Formats: sequence, C-alpha cells, structure tokens
Amino acid sequence: MATGIRDKVAILGMGCSRFGERWDADANDLMLEAFTEALADAGIETKQIEAAWLGVCFEESNVGKTAGPLAQALRLPRIAATRVENACATGTEALRGAAYAVAAGAYDIVLAMGVEKLKDTGYGGLPVRTRGTSNDLWLPNASAPGAFAQLASAYAAKHNADRKDLKRAMAHVSVKSHANGALNPKAHLRNRITEDDALRAATIAEPLGLYDCCGVSDGAACAILTTPEIAKALRPRVETITIKALELSVSNGEESSFSSWDGAHIATARTAGARAYASAGVTAPRQQIQMAEVHDCFSITETVLMEDLGFSAPGRAIHDVLDGTFDRSGALPIQPDGGLKCFGHPIGASGLRMVYEIYQQLHGRAGERQLPRVDLGLTQNLGGHPHQNVCAVSIVGRHGA
Amino acid sequence: MHGLLATCRYEPRLRLDRSAVYAQHRWMGEGLKSLAKGTRAMAAWDEDSVTMAVEAARTLLAAAPASPAALALASTTLPFAERLNAGIVAAALGLDPSVVARDVGSSARAACTELACALQASRSTQLLLAADRRVPRPASALEMISGDGAAAALVGEGAVVATLVASRSVNADLVDRFRESGEAYDYAWEERWVREEGYLKIAVDAIGRCLDEAGVSAADVAHFALPAPLPRANEAVARRVGIRPEALVPTAAESIGDLGTAQPIAMLDVALRAAQPGAPVVVAAFGSGCDVLLLRRTDHPYPALAASSGRSETSYLKYLSFTRQIALDWGMRAETDNKTAQTAAWRDHAGLSRFEGGRCTRCGTVQFPSLRVCVNPECRAVDSQQPHRFADRQARVLSHTSDWLAYSPAPPLQFGQVDFEGGGRVLIEFTDTDPDELKVGLPVRMVYRIKDFDAKRGFRRYFWKATPVR
Repeated sequence: MATGIRDKVAILGMGCSRFGERWDADANDLMLEAFTEALADAGIETKQIEAAWLGVCFEESNVGKTAGPLAQALRLPRIAATRVENACATGTEALRGAAYAVAAGAYDIVLAMGVEKLKDTGYGGLPVRTRGTSNDLWLPNASAPGAFAQLASAYAAKHNADRKDLKRAMAHVSVKSHANGALNPKAHLRNRITEDDALRAATIAEPLGLYDCCGVSDGAACAILTTPEIAKALRPRVETITIKALELSVSNGEESSFSSWDGAHIATARTAGARAYASAGVTAPRQQIQMAEVHDCFSITETVLMEDLGFSAPGRAIHDVLDGTFDRSGALPIQPDGGLKCFGHPIGASGLRMVYEIYQQLHGRAGERQLPRVDLGLTQNLGGHPHQNVCAVSIVGRHGA
Repeated sequence: MHGLLATCRYEPRLRLDRSAVYAQHRWMGEGLKSLAKGTRAMAAWDEDSVTMAVEAARTLLAAAPASPAALALASTTLPFAERLNAGIVAAALGLDPSVVARDVGSSARAACTELACALQASRSTQLLLAADRRVPRPASALEMISGDGAAAALVGEGAVVATLVASRSVNADLVDRFRESGEAYDYAWEERWVREEGYLKIAVDAIGRCLDEAGVSAADVAHFALPAPLPRANEAVARRVGIRPEALVPTAAESIGDLGTAQPIAMLDVALRAAQPGAPVVVAAFGSGCDVLLLRRTDHPYPALAASSGRSETSYLKYLSFTRQIALDWGMRAETDNKTAQTAAWRDHAGLSRFEGGRCTRCGTVQFPSLRVCVNPECRAVDSQQPHRFADRQARVLSHTSDWLAYSPAPPLQFGQVDFEGGGRVLIEFTDTDPDELKVGLPVRMVYRIKDFDAKRGFRRYFWKATPVR
C-alpha cells in the first residue's frame, strides 16, 4: 500500500540565480550560480550527490537534449542524470523526480535543477513553437496570454462579474506582485506600479494588458534533497524542512473536448490541490497554509487559482483580491517574492523557484519580505493552457508541522 | 426534366472603397479617377478561390440538397498549379470520394463553357463552381474594377429553374489579356481594340447565331447577362445584337466589382431570380472567344438566397498586405516554419477537410478530434465512435480573446472555445468579426478558410473557423 511522500524527503539546501534578462549568462552560468548557493547551504560536496534531475522546457532554443548540459555545467562525476519536461511545470517535475527517488530509498542525496535561457530568441514573449505535428494542422496559433485570456471571458460570464471589477482585481494582483518584487534582490522586475498603470497599459490579449502578463526571464533554481534522518545528521543545528505533498494532475482532453468544463477554472489545479491537501493532512487551506506561490503567469490565472486551491469561495476571488487578502500584509500572502510576474519566469526553473521562496521564509531568510510566521507553504505550478495542462502542487513545511 | 436546379453567389464580407485605392494612386494615375466610384468585394487574408468556392457550394447545397456526381471548379486564380483544387473543395464539402472533380480555367469564360457542357451532357447531377481572387497590378484598371467572389450552379434532373434552349461556343485566340504560368500579373491590350474587334464582332456574332438557331428574336430576350470588364461593353453588345436595354442584367460593378470567372454565373443568378416563368435568358462570357447560353426560366420557385452583408474597408495598404503584394514587418513570431506534414494531414483528412469528429455509439458524446478512446470520463469506450460532421452545425462561444501577441496576417488573432449544437467543443479561430462583437454565448457558424501559409515551400493549409451568425 502506497503511503505517499509526506515527511519522507528533506530539503538539505537550495539555490536560485538572479532572474532577469541575463545577457551576460548562458544556461551553464545560471545553473552554476544556483548550484553554488545550494551546495554551500547544504554544506556538502558535489561528489556526495548520487543522482540528478534537470528540468528545462524550450531545450531547442536553449541547452539542447538530455541531462548532459547539467552534468557538464557542474562537472558531475558521471552520476545518473535525467532531463524532464512538463512545459511550465517542468521545475516541479524535476523536484518530483528527485524527491520520489529519495523516498523510494534508491539514493541518499540527489539534485533537482531547473533552468531556462530564454533571452536568446531575439524577441519578447515565449518562443513560438510547434504544438505537435497533427495539432499544428488545426489548433489556433495562440499565444500564452491569448490562451489564458480565455479564462477571463468565461469567468466573467459564469459569475456574472462586472468586467471592470475583474480588471481591477487583475490589476490589484499585479500591483501586489510588483510591490513584493521590489523587495526581492533576485527579482527580474523590481519596480512598483499603480492600479492605474495596470489598467492603462497596452492590450496584449484582451482583456489582458501588459501588466497582467509575467516576465520572460533567464534563470535557474535548484534543490538538494535527502532523507530527514540524513538532514538532521548532516545539519543538526538547522531546522529540517520536509516535503508534505508533491502532486501532479494532467488534462486528458475532458476540458478541451468534453463539454462539462466551464472554461472559468483550472480543473487540474483542483485535482492536484485536493490530492496535495490529503497528502499533507490539510483540511482548511485558508487557515492552515500561511503562504503560497502560485502560477501567476497572468493575473487572471492567479485570480481563478485562489478558488481552485480553496483560498477563496467560488465566485469570491475578485472580492478577496480587492480586499487585500493575498497581499503580503494580508491573511494569506500569495507570491511574497514577486511571483512569476516579477521574480520572473525562466520556465524550467519556476517550480523550484516557488519552493525556494517558501524554503527561505521557513528559515527566516527572506529579508525585507520576511513573513511573520510560516509553517506550511504551498506551490502550484502550471504547464500548458487552461484547457489542456499539467498542474503540480507541492506543500513544504517544517518537519513535523 | 434536365436543366439548371439552382444557382447562387458568394461575395466576401469586406468592401474596399475604390476612392481609397485611387487616393493612393492619384499622384501617378490621375486617369483612374473615372473608376474611383463605389466599392469592390475584397477577400479576407484567409480566403482564396478554393475557400470562396466552398462557401458558394455550401450555400447552394443548403438551398438545393444534392449529391453531385461531378464537380468542376472554374477559376483563373487557383491556388495550386499541381494539386487538384476541385478536390480540396470536394473534400471540404464532404462529397463522396467517387465524385468526378476537375479544375478548369485559363479564361474568364471557363465557367460558361463548363455550364454549357453540363447542360448538354448526361442526366447526372453536376456541381459547377466558379471563383476568382484576382490580384491585378497596383494602379491598373483591373485592380479597380475586379472584385473577389464565387458563384455556383447545380445541373441535373428534377425541379429545374431553367432549361437550356441553345448554346454557342466560339474559339478565337484574340489576346485581350494574358498571364504566363508563374507570372503574378495580367498584361492587357488596348480596351478600344478589345471592344471593337472582340466584343462587338466575336461576341455579337456568337450571340446572334445562338438566338437564330433557337429561333428567338433578340428583342424577346428578357434578361441578358454579359460581364462588362470594359466600361459598357455589355450595353454596346446588346445594342448591336438588338437586345432591349431593359434586359441588361446589372453587373454590381458599383458595389462588388467584376468577379472574373465567377461573374457570368453570378449574373445568371441575378437574372434567373428576376425572370418570369417562360422568360428567355441569355448568359454570355468573353475571353479567348465566346460562350453563349440561351436558357428558359421554368415556373419552379427559386431557392432563397440570404442577402450578404458587406463591411466597409478603407485601407488600401491592408488590401496590398492581404494580397501579399507588400511585405510588412510582422516580427520574428511570423518566421515560424509552417511546414505541413502531408502524412499527418492525410491521416487526419476527415477532421481537417470536412471537419469530422466522432459520436460515441455507447454514450452519445460528440467529440473533436476523434481519438480512439471516448472522452467521456464515465464511458472511455474504445473504437466506439461514428463520424460526426461539425461543419454545418452552429455553435456558441464559451470563451474568447483578441490576441495581439500571436502572429496573424490580420491582427488581432481571435480565437476561443465554442460548444456545438448537438454536442462537441473545439478551440477554434474566429474570422470576419466586427470589433467588440465576440461575446460569451454568441452564435457562430463554421467557414472553411486558409489556416496558415508556408511561404518557404509554397503551400497553404486550410481548416474551419467560426464566424458570427448574422
């Protein structure tokens, strides 16, 4: 009988590069930057790592195939290494592969690395890519903002929401993330904006304006994992942080081809969220989770996710957002690090970056953006589009919490 | 009875303002002023002779349901020189693969030649389509007078609306205009010569002989349909033949323009709808000779045709871009390689060409694309689906956006999810919309359009798009 992942895997160390338009750095540099921090944090040597997982999404405009680029960048001593990819949920996928290998008892110490070097394409936004040989023949040539903008039209119609209220809530989400990003030295975007800036910005995909869209960044983030026992033995004076849940849900075509979905929520987030709460023993998310890093690729995504993850009652997300519930000073801070919106979104690194922020908050190392008390934090990482996606949810916290 | 069962015409929605065209040419082409009146039909970027023929045929077959044994597509602007264009149309229409499909062209009278052959031929049902999207040289007279559009005629046994009385075909290699294979633009000779030596001799003679053969007096002709790509050529011919000026069928030059190969069939459609039972109707077309058909209207009612609504377009630069005559800076996103895997296109041709998905015989769920396992989570039956065509069903918008980031030749790219009547959901592009028209719940219908161009290899692929029901 499977017993899940709760408290079976500890995070021994984490690292995260500065995110942004890193014209000076390639993927090797970014990976090394994150790894150097993680290795020092874990207090181990490279040779103690027995296996590694590399998450990178757009490998064709980036590092190329296989986990070789990770092995080369860090000169790993010919250990097992695997490249994983699950679109924008790739970072969590790398963490998941590594964590489950430790939980299985196959290895003592492993590395999960996520990296993306996006700013070598010559244009803004994500690289244009094939959706698959057959899909290209009929699927619209949608951009990511266009795909997520669908949520806004369907959400407003379903909940009979005033479009202006929805736009204001979306603006509030971005204003909040900019305010948080301004306090984060590693963030891509560190400027503050006003609600007016957001509302007046150029339209990218109606109703999403420029400030409703996250940054496209270069960066890397990584985690060194082990068992709680080894973590305690190696670092007796440091509080042990463990993984409480690490769940994944993948669309099977129901949202896109079966007419039961309303187009106004992320179905996989509900499934993965429910499984993660069950795994972590969370029954009242709004009360038991002290912070969350969700996939705020677009402000509307963050807004609907508040309902999907049980942080807002159905149809109440707009009100809760506008009430400041999810601000850094609110009852449940969301993206205290600035999120994808402002920390940035180097695809393969993002899932690990989310965990990195919780890890920093748990250790009290979050600097100016430190929250008063975090025992459990949640990450939600989404790959694909609302109608067809991969959704990963993790819950991380103090050992025993 | 054998004869003409129905006709119809299709014009794209956009109407390019000719004064806007003239405004851009005036500095060098003051002489175009006399042509700078009214509007001309302008195809959207995603329309060509194939897609317009499909739309004309769908309108026709909706009004007069039939299973044609043959399909001919007449055009001088077929998108493919090698690949059966009529075959693309037949597949989009969902016609039986046994349909005899052929392309005809090379002259503006090609459709008339084909119609005469069909009316003289066997008893089988034949679908004749004519479509043109001509791209004349900028600042040419043809750019001003031509319009984009299509027309369709159905020939066969049954409740015919007109019968053939007589026809006449004359071949004459009088070169009024030409375009060598592979060339972009027509080259036209002096209009006065074409009128005097061409229309007023060759066409006049052919029409006269056709009427003589049938024993019908020119003065008794009730409707005379002759395209007039030269100003008043139809009037001059009618006068010379002895046809009354009242019999002249309007050319729609002021609003639509000359539809090229489709024009005689479009004008015949106008004529027959206006004709009284028993009325003699003449349709003729000129080009490398002349074809003349004398028809007689029967007393069968004409299948109704919904009036097409146009939308004003005043950007000549947009026209130049839509016709790919100027290359704007579309940015790097437009550099995407749109190579079509022909293996995959053939595997999925039922879905791509005739928009066929599946209906589960176990649970009734309608789905697109049709995978082997039913999408209904309570069913998941394997190999349980029967073909289900979405093309002729209406749908309602579930979600939508206007995407300014994604590349589209006519930004913004509009797309969203639609739910079909009778079931089925598809993420689909929208086309021919008005600003702010997209709304959740908006009824839409499907149209066959160009999806992508592969400029690198000279290929275009088609798929269905949703357009508001008007």
